[in-house]
This record gives sequence, structure tokens and C-alpha cells, in this order.
Amino acid sequence: MSAAMTSQTLKVLVVVLALAATAIIVPNTNSFVILVATRALVFSILVMSVDILLGYTGLASLGQAAYLAVGAYVTAILATKYQFGLGFDFWVVVILGILVSAALAAVFGLLAIRASGVYFLMITLALGQCVWGLAYRWNSLTGGDNGINLRQRPKFGIDLANEVTFFYLVFGFFAVSLLLMYTLVRSPFGRSLAGIRERELRMKILGYNTWLHKYIAFIIAGGFGGLSGVLWAHTAGIVSPVNVELPTSVDALLMAVLGGSGTLVGGAIGAGIVFGLREWLSTHVTWWQYVLGGVYVLTILYLPTGLMGIPERIRQRRTRAGNGVKKLAPVTS
Amino acid sequence: MNLNFWLIQAFNGISYGALLFLVGSGLSLIFGVMRIVNLSHGSYFLLGGYVALTVIWTTGSWALALPVAALAIAAVGLVMERVFLRPLGYDPLRQVLLTVGFAFLFQQAALDIWTGNNFDINPPDALSKSIQVGGLFLPLYRVFMIATALAIGVVLWLVMEKTRMGAAVRATVDDAQMARGVGIDTSRISMLIFSLGAFLAALGGVIGGAFLGIYPGLDFEMLPLAFAVVIIGGMGSLGGAAIGALLVGLADNFGKALFPEVSYFTLYAPMALILAVKPTGLFGRE
Repeated sequence: MSAAMTSQTLKVLVVVLALAATAIIVPNTNSFVILVATRALVFSILVMSVDILLGYTGLASLGQAAYLAVGAYVTAILATKYQFGLGFDFWVVVILGILVSAALAAVFGLLAIRASGVYFLMITLALGQCVWGLAYRWNSLTGGDNGINLRQRPKFGIDLANEVTFFYLVFGFFAVSLLLMYTLVRSPFGRSLAGIRERELRMKILGYNTWLHKYIAFIIAGGFGGLSGVLWAHTAGIVSPVNVELPTSVDALLMAVLGGSGTLVGGAIGAGIVFGLREWLSTHVTWWQYVLGGVYVLTILYLPTGLMGIPERIRQRRTRAGNGVKKLAPVTS
Repeated sequence: MNLNFWLIQAFNGISYGALLFLVGSGLSLIFGVMRIVNLSHGSYFLLGGYVALTVIWTTGSWALALPVAALAIAAVGLVMERVFLRPLGYDPLRQVLLTVGFAFLFQQAALDIWTGNNFDINPPDALSKSIQVGGLFLPLYRVFMIATALAIGVVLWLVMEKTRMGAAVRATVDDAQMARGVGIDTSRISMLIFSLGAFLAALGGVIGGAFLGIYPGLDFEMLPLAFAVVIIGGMGSLGGAAIGALLVGLADNFGKALFPEVSYFTLYAPMALILAVKPTGLFGRE
């Protein structure tokens, strides 16, 4: 037992060190790296929220971009139409973005949580498309296909137009989100979620209200999605239907799998790798998407536990104990 | 005048539904047989259109482009199923993720081979005319679309209901494990259905390319629509796909004409509601 404890402490230590290294190294590099790192960190919050559902609850969502988009559109609409959220009231927008997205998740969850497995996949896809449809077509509110351009970043004592300052802000949000989500999955509530993932029927028999557990997890994930959206609006400077279309949701899901589902930080690693590859490769070669698609395909074929699963797999091979590879996430249909 | 508007919109909706049937029916069968959500189905549609373009550019024959494109993409589907999906075994989530990985690969391949330009597939002159029915001028091409979908639908229905093969497919849809138990080679059924789905989607791409155009991004635009068809109609049900395609085609057309600002919402919101109430779709079997 104590060995397991120290192993956990060690893991936390590694993550903290990696975070510290990121915070120290990135601002001292060039603006390109800072930009990519900022984007990756913002998107990581969404990917980790996907992981709460996928890795800890066993629900694969194909519509998580909807919550990012709602947070982003709230930010963009308030900023451009009402000049709101560009000073200290930025913090109000943060809260508002989280609440609106969580509220949307609360509505959508009523429909989605009944389903499981592939059906959950499809219903979240449908719900995501509802939001996409509004973003794409509701011209007077969302600017339609062109989206909304944010002309400036908030200024409150500190000026977020400065890329390093903005990076630190995003980094702070990321670290806090990671900490909150880590606390969540380690809490009794998180343990129950894992129980539902492993065997929902058993949890039901034990007297757990599994529907409510999943519903709450869904709302929490939506709230974090909203937070990433608020930050994304100011990171990208533009909010458009691209942020809510299917490939964006798919990206989030694949990043979680690439890093290793059920690990939280795996999602951040996945996001870092994909954003790094995408931004870096796309400036150098035209065939960058082959690399990305290839990485996804190879991960799913040969590394179902993701990058975070590599040490475990090496250990397994050494001891030659396990011939069964741990499944990505159990899907029951 | 007012009546004409409704008639024309209904006709457009039905013909669009015919196209959606080609895409949706394959997707529905694939889901029914393999229980996977094929996220590269939109890519088959797009690739079908692109291959047809190449055939038309080299031979000038639109009639030749139809079968060549459909068969080429069916071969792509076959390889994908045999080489990549099958070895994963019964693991729906990984299979779904794999299909989306392929969708990204196809996207890039299409961009490399056919550039990012927007193309149109020009149907032969014989189909470019209009015919007059009552007081309405109907584009002959849309009539052709409806006729094609009808013909394919009837053939599929006959095969599914009247042949031994079709019975095996239906058995697999109902209960794959049981079907295996009575000696049906469900692996072969999966292979056939998967390539059939790719075939139909590609056919849809060639036919739809005439009025949708062929351009990057069309793949992920068609995919959710195809899903709407499948979900409304019920997964694994051919008749359901036909009704679903008709409903989505009409809803899409009237939605865009009557309330453009919320037109997609009016399409996908019912889809989500149907899923929530009856996960197997309106006409799907439990």
C-alpha cells in the first residue's frame, strides 16, 4: 500500500515539475512557441474535461466542442456588442462562460445521459450539431460563417495583449483546472464514477444513483469546456463555427486518447503534441495532416492506452504477466 | 404562386432526400451489422466525387464516372474494413476513432491530389434540361436523382428481403452473436456491408457533386446529415433510412427557405430528441 502511495506521490511530483518547467521555459522562447503553448494549454482544459467523461466515467462524447463554443461566443458577443469583459469584468465573463456552458450541459445532459456507448456518441454528436447550426446560421447574433473578431484583449492592471502575460494567465487557469479535476477524480465522487465506468450495474445494485453521478460529471465537464471557450476567444481573437464543428470535438476526443484516457495530464500531453505538430509542421510542409492522421491511427491500433500507458506496458512486458491489453474504455451498447 | 413555392420546395426536398438516402442507407446498414459509427462515411462521399472528376477529365464520360468512382471507393472501404477495423475485434470505440483518423488522412490525400479548389461535376446535357409538369418546371437532373435512389432502394430491399444473403444480413443486425451461432459468417457480412456502404456513399458523391459541388470540408458537412438520416430512421433499417432521408431532406429544404437563422437547429434538435427518447431511432428494432 505504501509503495502505491509513493508511486502516486512520485507521479504528482513529476507533473508539478513538468508544469514548473513549462512555466519557466516557455516565456523565454520565441513568440511562436508561446503562441502554440498558449493554444495547447487552453485546449487542454477542454481535453481534460473530455477525459473526465471518457476516462473516468466511460462516456465518449462527440459534441464537447459545443461547450467551448458557447463559452467563446459568450465572451465574443459580450466584448464586441457590449464592450463587456475587457477590464476587471473579464472575471465576470469567466464565471458567466462557465455557468452558461454548465447550464447548457445540464439541459443536454438530460437527453444524453440516458444513452451509453455508441448511442451516447451519437446523441452528443447531434447535440453538438444543434449548437453548430445556431452558430453557423444565426447571423445577427453570431456573425454566421465569418464569426466574430475580438479586437482587443482585456486589460486590468495587467495587459493581456502582452503574449507572455497572457500565457501566464492561461497557465494559471490550466493549473487550477488540473488541480480541481484531479481533486474531483480522487474524491469519493470520482471513485464512484470509475465504478460506473467499470460496471454500472454493480454500482446500481450497491445503491448508487448512477444517472445522477453521470449527469453531474457531464455538467462539470461542460463547465470546464466553457472556461476553455472564454480563454480560447481571447487566445485566437476570433470565434467562428469552426470552433464548434464536428472535427473540433473529434480532436478533443482523440487528444485524450493519444495522451492516455483516464489520466487527465495525458489529455494535456495529447493536446501539446497535436498543437505542436500541427502548428509547426503546417509552416514547414504541406502534408502535415498525414502525420496527424497517422499518429491517430497508429495510437488507436497499437497504443490503446495512449502515451501515458507506455510505462505500464513496458512493465507488463518485462514481467510478462499480462497478456490482455487494457481496453481504451469499456463501451456497452 | 404560393402553391408553386410549396410544390417546388417539396420537390427539392424530396430530391435532396434521395441523395441523403444513398449516403444514409449505407451508414445505417454498417451500424446495424457492425455496431460502429463510421466517421469516414462523409469522406467516401467526397472521394467518390473526386474520383468521378478524374474519370470525367480523362475520358469525358459522366456515365463511366458513376460506376468507376463507386467501385473504387468500395475497394477503399473493403481494404479499410479488412486491414484495419477487423483486427480490432469488437471494440466499437476504437473502431470509431480509427474511422475518424482515416477521415483526416483522406482529407489530406484529397487536398494533395485534387487541390483545394471548388469543382462542379457537370452532368450530361440530356440531364441538364427541365421538364414541365403541370405549371412547374422541374430540373430533369433532380428527377434522375429521385429515380436512382428509388431504383437502388428497391434493389436493396429485394436483396435484403428475398435472398439468403439478405436474410443473413438481417440476422446479423438483429443479433450478431446468435447469427454466428447458427453458422452465419458475420465477418464476411461486415466486409460486404462496409464496402456496400462505401459504394453507395461514393455514388451519392458523384450524383450530389452536380449541385453541391466538390470541395474540401464537404466530407464533414455530409457526415452529420447522414447521421440525422440514420438516427431518425433507425439504425440498421433500410426502410427507416428511406423515411429518415425524406424527412431530413424536406426539413433541410423548408428550414432553409422558411427560417434560415435556425434552419440547422431545427434539423438536429429533433434528432437529439428522438435519440433521447428512443435510442434505436424511430423505426429501429431493439
